[in-house]
Amino acid sequence: MTPVELTVNGREVHLQLDPRTSLLDALREHLKLTGTKKGCDHGQCGACTVIVEGRRINSCLTLAVMHDGEQVTTIEGLGTPEALHPMQKAFVVHDGYQCGYCTPGQICSAVSVLEEIKAGVPSHVTENLDRVAFSEDEVRERMSGNICRCAAYSNIIAAISDVAGESKA
Amino acid sequence: MKPFTYERANNVEAAAKAAASVQGARFIAGGTNLLDLMKLQIETPTHLIDVNRLGLDRIEKTEEGGLRIGALVRNTDLAADTTVRRDYGVLSRALVAGASGQLRNKATTAGNLLQRTRCPYFYDIRMPCNKRKPGSGCGALKGMSRSLAILGVSDACIAQHPSDMAVAMRLLDAQVETMGADGTKRAIPIADFHLLPGETPHKETVLNAGEIITSVTLPKPVAGTHIYRKVRDRASYAFALVSVAAIFGKDGTARFAFGGIGAKPWRTAEADAAASEGAKAVAQAALAGARTTEHNDFKRPLVERTLASLYRQQEARA
Repeated sequence: MTPVELTVNGREVHLQLDPRTSLLDALREHLKLTGTKKGCDHGQCGACTVIVEGRRINSCLTLAVMHDGEQVTTIEGLGTPEALHPMQKAFVVHDGYQCGYCTPGQICSAVSVLEEIKAGVPSHVTENLDRVAFSEDEVRERMSGNICRCAAYSNIIAAISDVAGESKA
Repeated sequence: MKPFTYERANNVEAAAKAAASVQGARFIAGGTNLLDLMKLQIETPTHLIDVNRLGLDRIEKTEEGGLRIGALVRNTDLAADTTVRRDYGVLSRALVAGASGQLRNKATTAGNLLQRTRCPYFYDIRMPCNKRKPGSGCGALKGMSRSLAILGVSDACIAQHPSDMAVAMRLLDAQVETMGADGTKRAIPIADFHLLPGETPHKETVLNAGEIITSVTLPKPVAGTHIYRKVRDRASYAFALVSVAAIFGKDGTARFAFGGIGAKPWRTAEADAAASEGAKAVAQAALAGARTTEHNDFKRPLVERTLASLYRQQEARA
């Protein structure tokens, strides 16, 4: 067993883990933060997306021990039922889900996507590499690592656009 | 996942030494490919050496006017770097054509060069695969080979190299800088870095036991129109069937490198020399020696048509 110290949603936690434990399993099985979901467990579906040190990653494809001393934000840390994060609120308003299983990953990813656009990180659909700006095409491309089997995609785009201040509605 | 021991390396020399001294040791950086393969027991390391905190995460100018990219620079950071965007646009484009935002935030420059094939027979441990299990045969040769390589292949293996980034690196004549277990440093031209399968498809690079990639260097920028075009089954988040990295110069010269079709990132002097003759001639030169199957023969015309589309794009810009 290996000692691992994490700051999860602002709370410092100390764990003793088998080195094989993924960050996802550490969150769900050891810390009982079951908001983050296990879909494919192979980095293909995005349901396990969390924000580590300010960046969205697939928590299933990384070991908890690799993140010793780091800051992790999960869906539980973005907002609460009483005080929703703007992205959570927008998903409710725009009905950006059906079964809800992929939603925590979608929301963590969406929050980071807007940060990445602000930071000028280009994407595959960025026309001019020097001018990175919000558009629905940018959101579609950047959210491609989050699969929604209910296909709530159009409402997810609406929710993210709303938070970006680019709502057409 | 099979059990393994874990250590965090604090300096490059110690990491290389540890990797050479422990049988079955592997470096782990982003882990996005290695951990996936470990879950499937395709990779079964006995010991993991975490290299994430070695500080190899800087991008700096070289004395020769090029760029030195630390082995641990994440794909997102490399694509977003202002110098890369301005002077090495094809690299930025290739990077953002690969994987998903989440994976690019983790995946590293060195790890990307070392990522393993996506051949379905390599991924299915019930199937024969000479790359995964030397001597077991190749399930792909007479099997489902639609996505697989047509250049540099052998009777033992037709696996394709999956990287987009490496195709751009090949186009830019990158060099891979390493440190060996005995502390020896060397620079390997990317053309020589990946091995063709031959009879030993399990040997994929020229790296020795314990040898660690410290950085990748790019020579001075190549002027011209930088383009990376990726053809795939989905518009996003899929591996290439065919990809082309190109730089079109103002004088009618051009250079090309190809992904999705080779056992390694593919580039030939003959294809570059045919640039002024257009897409058909370039495709013919690039595809010399191609060996296709019933399922992947479509890649020949697809290469030519992708090139034709690149020529049109660059003419429109000129």
